Amino acid sequence: MITTSTLTTLAATGPGFLSPTGVEIAFLLVGLVTLGAAVVTVTTKQLVHAALWLVVALGGLAVEYLLLTAEFIAWVQVLIYVGSVVVLLLFGLMLTKAPIGRSPDADSGNRPVALAVAVAAAAALVWVVVDAFRTTWIDLDGPVQGATKVTGEILFQHWVLPFEALSVLLLAALVGAIVLSRKNKAAAEAEALTTTAPKKPTTGPKKEQR
Amino acid sequence: MNDVLDVALRLLLVFVLFLVLPLLVGQTEHKVMAHMQGRLGPMYAGGFHGWAQLVADGVKFAQKEDVVPSGADRRIFQLAPAVALLPYLLVLLVIPIGPSESAVGQQIDAGIFYVLAVMGVGVLGSLMAGWASANKFSLLGGLRTAAQLLAYELPMLLAAASVAMAAGTLSLPGILDAWQWWWLPWQLIGAFVFFTAGLAELQRPPFDAPIADSEIIFGAYTEYTGLRFALFLLAEYAGIVIVCGLTTVLFLGGWHGPWGADGLGWVWTLLKTAILAFVVIWLRVSYPRLREDQLQKLSWTVLIPLALAQIALTGIVKVAIQ
Repeated sequence: MITTSTLTTLAATGPGFLSPTGVEIAFLLVGLVTLGAAVVTVTTKQLVHAALWLVVALGGLAVEYLLLTAEFIAWVQVLIYVGSVVVLLLFGLMLTKAPIGRSPDADSGNRPVALAVAVAAAAALVWVVVDAFRTTWIDLDGPVQGATKVTGEILFQHWVLPFEALSVLLLAALVGAIVLSRKNKAAAEAEALTTTAPKKPTTGPKKEQR
Repeated sequence: MNDVLDVALRLLLVFVLFLVLPLLVGQTEHKVMAHMQGRLGPMYAGGFHGWAQLVADGVKFAQKEDVVPSGADRRIFQLAPAVALLPYLLVLLVIPIGPSESAVGQQIDAGIFYVLAVMGVGVLGSLMAGWASANKFSLLGGLRTAAQLLAYELPMLLAAASVAMAAGTLSLPGILDAWQWWWLPWQLIGAFVFFTAGLAELQRPPFDAPIADSEIIFGAYTEYTGLRFALFLLAEYAGIVIVCGLTTVLFLGGWHGPWGADGLGWVWTLLKTAILAFVVIWLRVSYPRLREDQLQKLSWTVLIPLALAQIALTGIVKVAIQ
């Protein structure tokens, strides 16, 4: 654990965190807003409101990335999460059940378990990040770490194998989704005999392609 | 102090452009549609050639009562027009209209990503409006909007990625610096895909199934009146300006032109944008609306394969000339 003496030595080395700069204060405030939005997301009783608060939380995260000079990641965050995942979520909600007002029956009763998992995950993440970046400061001279060019070079030179492995994994997920969404022929015919309802055309998976 | 003044001046200029250009497109649409379809109404207001029609429209919108349906989700209903409009303002900030440093509101390193990401957020406005109106037609419109966005964002991204590959940068001014005239035929398929997908993202005819007035009244905007409805319309026209401007910058060479390269670059940008905006209006009066399933089919079976082919072509040429 960090004791008072290590705290003072940490404060002495590097720019120090006892006299915060404007960026650091902004980072903290945006972090608070993000946290608040995230908490409201999981506690609100109104389903669509939860999805919209999720937009605020994900947008706040994008701003945090920007403040950490990770510009590329920030815009990807907005593009994929705010622009696509939330839209898909809203689409799903509207297709199934999205009443205006409260829906008290939407609670699964897993609240204590979910809370325990969330706290454990948060603790692990905070520990890892604090341990890994304890006294690291972003060097603002020259191209910064998160700039598009630097990100591209790191990704395709040092991390090219994991990157390709990931893309194969996504391809497998894509193929799997197509297989799952296709009914096999015999079952489909049997269903067509029993029900007169028109079959929906199978739409391919959309999200996995990103 | 000088920096602050500079930033303030740029923001003000972009804001003024944001207010003026969509109105210009709106006025042009009145006139072009009036001529193409023999509509006599828009030709009377104000005497000469019906110049005051747009003013009359504005006065009408401002006079109408701002109604929120009693069953609606009040806050989201009222917030939706702002969510639909603001992203376009933010995008306009980064579109370069001239070659010099001062001809762009703000240079952003990952410009293409910024533009596409922020534009995607605008659709949330339509979704919010469609859901919060507590109207079945609105909900249908919202659903169609979401389905359309999911289908057309992918080809748009792929087409933009092709240009970024060709230029070797994601920055919009950087792409224009690298641009050569022969990129025009080279990126032609990409340009077609990008413009078509952009049109679909704006929900302009022939891709206006989400607001199809003869089927679902006016989709997500059915319950809106007065100024809030006008804001949605303004968002649509601002979207036309943005999509045409982006197509100009990414595919048509922006400020490059046969003459007047120095000093008059911004004229080329505006001219190309205006021509594309005219095409958008032209398509509205000449094409029938695509059915919902035809919309999806066009995107997944035509535009995406075309965009992938364009990326392959870009890659091959890029490797060949190196």
